[in-house]
Amino acid sequence: MRAFSYVKAGSPAEAVSQYRPGAAYLGGGTNLVDLMRLGVAAPDHVVDVTGAVDGSISEGDDGELRVGAGVRNSDLANHPVVRERYPMLARAVLNGASGQIRNMATVGGNLLQRTRCPYFQDVTMPCNKRQPGSGCQAAEPGAETGNMAILGHSPFCVATHPSDMAVALTALGARVRVAGPDGGRLVEMPGLHRLPDGRPDLDTVLTPGELITEVELPPPPRGRSTYRKVRERASFAFALVSLAAALDIGKDGRVRDCRLALGGVAHAPWRAHAAERAALSLPASRETFARAADEELRNARPLPGTEYKATLARNLIVSVLEELSQ
Amino acid sequence: MLVMENTEISQVTVIVNGEPRAVEVDNRMSVLDLLRERLGLTGSKKGCDHGQCGACTVLIDGRRANSCLALAVAHDGADIRTVEGLADGAGLHPLQEAFVRHDAFQCGYCTPGQLCSAAGMLAEAGPSAVTEDLTADPPLTPGEIHERMSGNLCRCGAYVNIVKAIMAVSAPGGDPS
Repeated sequence: MRAFSYVKAGSPAEAVSQYRPGAAYLGGGTNLVDLMRLGVAAPDHVVDVTGAVDGSISEGDDGELRVGAGVRNSDLANHPVVRERYPMLARAVLNGASGQIRNMATVGGNLLQRTRCPYFQDVTMPCNKRQPGSGCQAAEPGAETGNMAILGHSPFCVATHPSDMAVALTALGARVRVAGPDGGRLVEMPGLHRLPDGRPDLDTVLTPGELITEVELPPPPRGRSTYRKVRERASFAFALVSLAAALDIGKDGRVRDCRLALGGVAHAPWRAHAAERAALSLPASRETFARAADEELRNARPLPGTEYKATLARNLIVSVLEELSQ
Repeated sequence: MLVMENTEISQVTVIVNGEPRAVEVDNRMSVLDLLRERLGLTGSKKGCDHGQCGACTVLIDGRRANSCLALAVAHDGADIRTVEGLADGAGLHPLQEAFVRHDAFQCGYCTPGQLCSAAGMLAEAGPSAVTEDLTADPPLTPGEIHERMSGNLCRCGAYVNIVKAIMAVSAPGGDPS
């Protein structure tokens, strides 16, 4: 690991003033410390922001919920308002990582964690995300592609975003409050995470030195919501495909509102707008849900080895919406 | 703000098993390496050093955490409890007794992490990924324990008896075996 100087910032402004090219913000460290040990990240200056950003959750008069970026994942999932009103988010967080890691990991850090693509994490391999212009080993013949993207990928990068929490926040339409050298701003989700196009080195739209300080949750969507994750083992594994879903059915039995976001399928949490639109106003039936899923997945471009993900995503949408409709 | 500009060494004080310990650390040093290499507390184990196996689990400010992913420099003032300090006094902690009674290990390498993780887990309220009703605090069934302990791997596969041992401590009187 490269040697680095360390500073613990006491406020967002202090943290931002400490940022310089080559520096990194440190939250819970569950991803950054590992990447530093692997040589994937090599900051020469580490700015600890755990004392700089808010670590609490508060309810606004407007029915919104404000989550400080320093809130630990376990505290977010265990908050009474999240458990009661945002079950999709509580379930998403509880499906991520392990109890130990959830105790350490912050909300801001969860959003900014890097892909677990094995070629990104292996510094002996080409990777356009880690080293722009070096190539994409995952696109080479014989590569292990089983957990790569099926939607929105580019010739430069086929990696997936690893977060569960971010998938729920994408379905909920959360807003991310950011502090930076040029002042603060709000970034809407979806919209924080990028698709790779020619610049897979950029995971998000944040610019160097910008710091996530808070996540704002609008009032929860009407109806029922949940999060379901499919993985290679029962617990403590990244998603093959996951789904955050909310469904509201009118008295006439038709879909009044539908929110869908997929995880494990793209470089960013994937808001399934096409499926949402396709389901709207139709009877809340298996046929409708299947048509909606097909509408989203007709754009899927699986790599050799990821064909199963399109089927899995389709089945997940149908089965979760059926569950929510009962 | 604590600024030590252009220095890659820091002075930290951590409370380990109730004792304040002041040490100078390389900023790169993990809490795990601090415990093992500098303080001679080799109970916490280095399995993977990537947060994937849980052998390094300790309690930091009362909560279970992977000490391999925790930078010592970022834990100035933290209260750290390791397997060496789990029990009160000279006896065994109830979890340690239960692990012995229920034969909850073979080689023992993951055991300190399992013990600290279980101690932290038993103190955690709230739902898990397998809880049906998110608004209720569920009883600790074997299924709940399996899910909540999934951050601790056991290469010998002693999981069945680890769950029995934890069940015995979480529901005293009810012998699950």
